[in-house]
Amino acid sequence: MESKVKVAPASLPPVAGVRQVAAGPHIAGAPSGRRIMLLVVGALTPAALWSVWCLGLPAVVVYVCCIVASVGTEFAWNALLHRPQTVMDGSALLTGVLLAMCMPPMTPWWICMVAGIVAIGLAKMLFGGLGYNLFNPALVGRAVALLSWLGVMGELKPYAGGWLVAVQNVPATGKFDAINGATRLAIAAADRAAGGAYHFDLAAQYPALLFRNLAGSVGEVSAALLIAGGLFLIVVKVVDWRIPLGYIGTVAVLSWAFGSDPVFNVLAGGVVLGAFFMATDYVTSPITKNGRLVFGVGCGLFNIVTRFYGPMPETTTFAILFMNGLAPIIDRMFMPHPFGWVKPVKEAKAHA
Amino acid sequence: MAGGAFRGGIHPPDHKGATSGSPIERAPLPDRLTVPMSQHLGAPCVPLVAKGDRVERGQLIGEIDALISAPVHAPASGEVVAIVSALTPAGIRAPCVVIEPEAGQDRDAYIPIRPEHEGAGPSARAAGLVGLGGAAFPAAVKLVPSKHTPIDTVILNGCECEPFLTCDHRVMLESPDRVIAGALHIARAVGATRTVVAVEDNKPDAIEALRAAAPDGVEVLTVRTRYPQGAEKQLIFAVTGRVVPGGKLPATIGCLVHNVQTAAALADAIETGLPLIERVVTVSGAVARPGNFRVAIGTPVSSLLALAGGLTPDAVRVIAGGPMTAQPLGDLDVPVVKGMSGVVALTADEAAPIVDSDQPCIRCGRCVEACPMVLHPYAIANYADRRMWDGCERFFALDCIECGCCSYVCPTRRPLLQLVRTGKGALMAKGVRR
Repeated sequence: MESKVKVAPASLPPVAGVRQVAAGPHIAGAPSGRRIMLLVVGALTPAALWSVWCLGLPAVVVYVCCIVASVGTEFAWNALLHRPQTVMDGSALLTGVLLAMCMPPMTPWWICMVAGIVAIGLAKMLFGGLGYNLFNPALVGRAVALLSWLGVMGELKPYAGGWLVAVQNVPATGKFDAINGATRLAIAAADRAAGGAYHFDLAAQYPALLFRNLAGSVGEVSAALLIAGGLFLIVVKVVDWRIPLGYIGTVAVLSWAFGSDPVFNVLAGGVVLGAFFMATDYVTSPITKNGRLVFGVGCGLFNIVTRFYGPMPETTTFAILFMNGLAPIIDRMFMPHPFGWVKPVKEAKAHA
Repeated sequence: MAGGAFRGGIHPPDHKGATSGSPIERAPLPDRLTVPMSQHLGAPCVPLVAKGDRVERGQLIGEIDALISAPVHAPASGEVVAIVSALTPAGIRAPCVVIEPEAGQDRDAYIPIRPEHEGAGPSARAAGLVGLGGAAFPAAVKLVPSKHTPIDTVILNGCECEPFLTCDHRVMLESPDRVIAGALHIARAVGATRTVVAVEDNKPDAIEALRAAAPDGVEVLTVRTRYPQGAEKQLIFAVTGRVVPGGKLPATIGCLVHNVQTAAALADAIETGLPLIERVVTVSGAVARPGNFRVAIGTPVSSLLALAGGLTPDAVRVIAGGPMTAQPLGDLDVPVVKGMSGVVALTADEAAPIVDSDQPCIRCGRCVEACPMVLHPYAIANYADRRMWDGCERFFALDCIECGCCSYVCPTRRPLLQLVRTGKGALMAKGVRR
């Protein structure tokens, strides 16, 4: 049986060459992970560029420091631990951009760096790198920076300058001459706390919030550009519409129910950035479709309740981080049954 | 009663245009035919001939007395030059009868089969018929009527949802009468009241040809073009709206599914006694002259590729079947077997990238969305990766139909299908049953 008879080759042998032998399926049809990350960065780019144009040099400092710290931390972590280098997957770059966009424009460069190191080192790499982190790295970075330097971050929040103002004001004293004001959301919250009428007409703030809001985080300059970027990601199927819809819908409905202006509450205070770009982070949000809707609603609920009844009005960060922690439990609630699944009880009855 | 559209699935580029217009050509006999004794699911056959014997075309050369098996016949007249253990397309070594065909033989003469009894089941058994869609499950086993599970609906699977493949398409187009005849034989054998030929809506010419050939009582049903429409459970759902219970056979809900080429071969076996010694194979992709060929079982894949003009220089991977479920071919001298629906050469651009390191799951949910069985492939794969088999079981790994949609859509190119298969294998080895 085991005689070594070689089967004769064909009379016309096909072209020889190196051939792959790999397990199937033999075709692939999804964008690569890096492409997805870069698409998200691309969707943020118009809003980021516009914020640099409006805010000037300080915004550049924030972006550069956050991105350098994020990417550098991931690079250094892998290099020091002799792990395969993963900076090229684009996720650290995305974290850096997102982190910058949720920092106040006048944040000192060293706070940005610390936030980037915390975001990647503590929230991502310590958990095992991309895919294993429980909490959104950029938001952890921001939360740590905010709570560690509450005074600095709070005071520096608003900024009403431009390129020239910034350049003129920096050298003389080494201190930024920040406009001593508060975000629109903070003013509205203070008004509510005082029980009086709003200082300003909320509806009149829409254009500023949509196109040129200088009182807020770096990424909040133009809600319109963020919405456009978010819708782009939904159209190219990078982002599931359920999270942004659940989040923004809940914010609108609840703020209306609490007697405030729903559009104002959606546009102010990072809800748009959070709903389209932070809460939709694959790794830290539920994987089931129904779970994603619930996750979005939960973010909106937490965000608005704390905004109206909490110690400070800007709670997008904490709303999303809180829901990140619940994401695995939400997924467990919505475990689908396979096609052809039969209730075990029913089956037992049939056998009896 | 029309059914529903299954959930999930994918829509890969179909690449069928290269061969869908190519009429079936009869491939010449090669210098040597290597006929494996194990081309089907089930017990391998024992060779009935010895070195030096002369065999006639259609002569029985391998058989075994087992319920789940299919005998093997000589694909051509000639001399048995060796009985060897040779590599088959499945990647295993199996006993093979090597036949040197005689020159100038009449390729239409054959020794007809002699079934023990009348009817579709015994004829299918005697003809060595297996499922020609790719699974190669012995056809006779499914044709035995059972009192416990009466069949009311026979579905012929003409979906051919795999990219590149057009062999079923050409058979439906060129021999619709054989397909319909086979359908009627199957329906009569199992006593079905409804007979349906289901074809994806991307083959309107085949649908038209079948409708022209179909008598009253045989429905030609158009189904949605979406992979894996041709998967048994998904097809039954599309045609009848019934759902096969997990771990059960389609017969439990009164359905029987056969491939269209199987039906045509069954009609030949019953009416003319022709055993399964040839089949139509699509040769496509990175070859100079893609086409559909009627090939003698045992023909080396290399001669088939030569017939298609040879591989083009950009071909990097050759696979036996459609790209979603095919086995890769490491050795191109392996023979064509009964279950081989195609030989496809892929270029570097088409072939799924080979990832050299372990990539993380980013929980994007694309596999969950694509899974036609409504499973969580990422979770099963993560558990299998950590050898946590109970986790695989909890996430219903055994319900996986191995269509490959999860791997196809994974952005980080995780080998999801392989990991799920590993989990399934481990569970089955532990004796866990669905």
